[in-house]
Amino acid sequence: MPVQVRSEVVSTRRAGIYHVLTLTADGVPETTRPGHFVGIAIGDMTSGLLLRRAFSIYGVQQRGIYGGTVEVVVAATGPGTRWLAQRHRGDQVELVGPLGRPFMLPREPVSCTLVGGGYGSAPLFMLAEQLRQRGCRVDMILGASTEEKLFGVLEGKRAASTVTITTEDGSLGETGRVTDALPEVIQRAGSEVVYACGPMGMLASVAEVAAEHGAYSQCAVEEAMACGIGVCMSCVLPVVGNDGVTRMVRSCVEGPVFQGDRVRWADIGTIPPDTLGAPEVTQRSSGLTAVTPGAQA
Amino acid sequence: MTRAVVLPASALVGRPPDIDMTAELGSLVMPSPVLTASGCAASGRELDQFFDITTLGAVVTKSIMMQPRSGRPTPRMAETPSGMLNSIGLQGPGVHSFLEHDLAWLRERGARVVVSIAGNTVEEYTQLAKLLRMYDGIDAIEVNISCPNVADRGQVFACRADTASSVVGLVRRNTDPRIPVLVKLSPDVTDIATIAVACERSGADGISLINTLLGMVIDTETMRPALAGVTGGLSGPAIRPVAVRCVWQVRQALPEIPILGMGGIRTGADALEFILAGANAVCVGTAIFNDPSAPARIHAELASALADRGFTRLADAVSYAHRGAEGASEGPPADAEAADPAGESGPDDSAASEAAQTETADDAAIANPDAGA
Ligand SMILES: Cc1cc2nc3c(=O)[nH]c(=O)nc-3n(C[C@H](O)[C@H](O)[C@H](O)COP(=O)(O)OP(=O)(O)OC[C@H]3O[C@@H](n4cnc5c(N)ncnc54)[C@H](O)[C@@H]3O)c2cc1C
Ligand SMILES: Cc1cc2nc3c(=O)[nH]c(=O)nc-3n(C[C@H](O)[C@H](O)[C@H](O)COP(=O)(O)O)c2cc1C
Ligand code: FES
Repeated sequence: MPVQVRSEVVSTRRAGIYHVLTLTADGVPETTRPGHFVGIAIGDMTSGLLLRRAFSIYGVQQRGIYGGTVEVVVAATGPGTRWLAQRHRGDQVELVGPLGRPFMLPREPVSCTLVGGGYGSAPLFMLAEQLRQRGCRVDMILGASTEEKLFGVLEGKRAASTVTITTEDGSLGETGRVTDALPEVIQRAGSEVVYACGPMGMLASVAEVAAEHGAYSQCAVEEAMACGIGVCMSCVLPVVGNDGVTRMVRSCVEGPVFQGDRVRWADIGTIPPDTLGAPEVTQRSSGLTAVTPGAQA
Repeated sequence: MTRAVVLPASALVGRPPDIDMTAELGSLVMPSPVLTASGCAASGRELDQFFDITTLGAVVTKSIMMQPRSGRPTPRMAETPSGMLNSIGLQGPGVHSFLEHDLAWLRERGARVVVSIAGNTVEEYTQLAKLLRMYDGIDAIEVNISCPNVADRGQVFACRADTASSVVGLVRRNTDPRIPVLVKLSPDVTDIATIAVACERSGADGISLINTLLGMVIDTETMRPALAGVTGGLSGPAIRPVAVRCVWQVRQALPEIPILGMGGIRTGADALEFILAGANAVCVGTAIFNDPSAPARIHAELASALADRGFTRLADAVSYAHRGAEGASEGPPADAEAADPAGESGPDDSAASEAAQTETADDAAIANPDAGA
C-alpha cells in the first residue's frame, strides 16, 4: 500500500549522465518490490508543474541512520527532471510510493536474463538480488545509445553471472542494441524468463525475441503519467487479458510490469478496433472530425 | 460530568478550528464542502489509500455511459503552465459494471456518492437516469453535458441553452425526486448564466461549474499536436479565475440555486474563493494528481481560513463576496469578526443584524448583473 511522505534528500551523486538521489521515505521500503516506482512532486505548493514524475525504485534501505530511504536514478530530460536533478542534500521533496505492480518472481530457481535500456536498468539490480536469493541464475544485458547513458555497469558485474554491454555507437561493449545480444544470452544461459525495462521500442523487441526463444518475458513499460496512482486514465495501453479481450489498461496500477506477450506493442498509441469499448467503425471512419467536437475528458 | 483536565489556552493553538463545515446541495447535506471532481478520483478506491474518503462531502465518480468505452488513443495528456490538457475520451467500463463493482464498493465503504453520467444522445441520458433510479446509495446525480451530441453534428450539449436544458429536464423527470440532479456546465460558451438559467427552469436542482476549457498544445519537437485527440480539456490552477468568474455570474443570475464550484482548486484559500463567489461546495480535481490527499488537506485549510476570518459556519461565507459595493462602510474581515457569534450576546448582536440588513439590501444590487470591465 503506497504512502505519501515529505522526504528529505540524503545524498546525491552523478553516474554518467544520471543523478542518483537517496531520499528519506519512511514506510516505503517495507513494501517495495523490484519494479515498483515512486511518484515525486516537482517543487512546492506554488509550483506550476503539477504532475508527478515517475521513477523506478533503484534501491531501498529499511533502517539506516536516516530511517527508511529509497534511491532513484534521474535522467534530466525535461523541466521536472531537471529540477529534481538540481536538488541538494537537505532539500525537501514530496514522494508517493511504492506504486504499481512489481516484477513477478519465478517459483523455481530458473535462469533469468535481465535487460535494461539506459536508466531502465535501475530496477533490475534489486530484482537480480532477489532472483539470486531464490537460486536463480542471472545474466544481464545493459544497453544505451552511448556509454554515458549506460547505468550500473559495475554493479551489474556484481549482481549477475555475466553482463553484456551494448552501445549503438560502439563506445562501450558490443556495437548494436540489446536485442542483438539477447538471443545468444538466452541460449547460453538457458534462460526461461526475460525481464526488461527501458524505452517502449526496446521492450517491444525484447518481448518478440524472448517469445521466439521460448522464454517468458516481463516488461516494465514507460507511459506518460499524470497521477501515477490510477485516478486519471492518462497512462493506458492496449493489453490482452486472460479472457483474450483487449482493454486499455492503466500502466500505473495494472503495470508498469506486464507480461510481454500480452501487450499489443505495435498498437500502442492507437485504440485497436477490437478493444473493449472501441469506437464503432462508422465513427472511426470519420476520424478526427469525430474527435474534435468532444471537448471533454 | 466533570472535566478532568483544564487545558491552558495555549493548548488550543493548532487545534482544528471549530467550524460548522456542513454543506448543502439541495437535499444533499454533507459534513464537508469538499468533493472530488469527476474523472479525477476514479471511483474513490485509489484515493482511499491516502485519506478516508468517507470524510469527503462526496465522491463524484468518473462520468459513466451506457456502454464500455475505450477512450481516445495516447498521448492523452500534456502538462501546461499550472495545469494540464487531457483527452481521455470518457474511458469507462459502462454503467452495468459501474453499478456492480464501483457503486457497490462505495456503498459498502460508506462514502456519499454523486454519480456523474454522460451520453451522446438525449436517450442515453434518459436511459442512464432510469437505470440509476433502481439503485440505492446514490446521493446525487451530476449530468456531464460536455459530450458531443450525435443528433447535432457533434456539438456538445453544454454549448446551447436548449440542448443543455432538455437533457437536464429529462434526467430530472426520470430520477427519484428526493435525489438532486446537478448539471455540469462548460465555460466555453458566450454567456454561462443564460445556460444556467435555462437549466434551472427545466428542473436542475444545482449547477456544477466548471468543466474543462477546450485547449490545444503543439509539440514543437514533432511539430504536431501533442495529444492524439488533437484538442483536450484544460484544467488546474490555470483555469481558476475563469471558474471563479463563472460561479460569480451564475450566483448573480440565480441567487438561490445550489452551486458546486471547481476549477483549479489546490488550497483552502482557493476553495474559499469559490465559496465567497457563491459556491455551496467545491470539487478538487487536477490538484489530486499533484497531491493525492489534497481533498482532506483542503478541507482542513478551508476550515482554518474561515476561522481566521471570523466565520463559524461555512454556510455564512457562501456568496459573501457579493455583499456591499465598494466604498460601503463595512470592511469585510472586521465585519465578519463583529458578527462572530463566539461573543454570543452583547453589543455584537446589533452589528450582526446590521450586517444582515446590508446583505439583504445588496441582494437587490446582485440582481443587476454587472457588465464587467
Ligand atoms: C514507471 C516509470 C518509471 C520511470 N523510471 C524512471 C527512472 O528511473 N529514471 C528516470 O529518469 N525517468 C524515469 N521515468 C521517466 C520519467 O518519469 C520522465 O522522464 C519524467 O516524468 C519526465 O518529466 P520532465 O519534467 O522531465 O518532462 P516533461 O516532458 O516536461 O513531463 C511532462 C509530463 O509528462 C510526463 N512524462 C513525460 N515523459 C514521460 C515519460 N517518459 N514517462 C512518464 N511520464 C512522462 C511527466 O510525468 C509529466 O507529467 C519513468 C517513467 C515511468 C512511467
Ligand atoms: C483527467 C481528467 C478527467 C476528467 N474527466 C471528467 C469526466 O469524466 N466528467 C466530467 O464531468 N469532468 C471531467 N473532468 C473535469 C473535472 O471534473 C473538472 O471539472 C475540471 O478538471 C476542473 O477542475 P480542476 O481544475 O480542479 O481539475 C476531468 C478532468 C481531468 C483533468
Ligand atoms: S497515471 Fe493516472 S491513471 Fe495512470
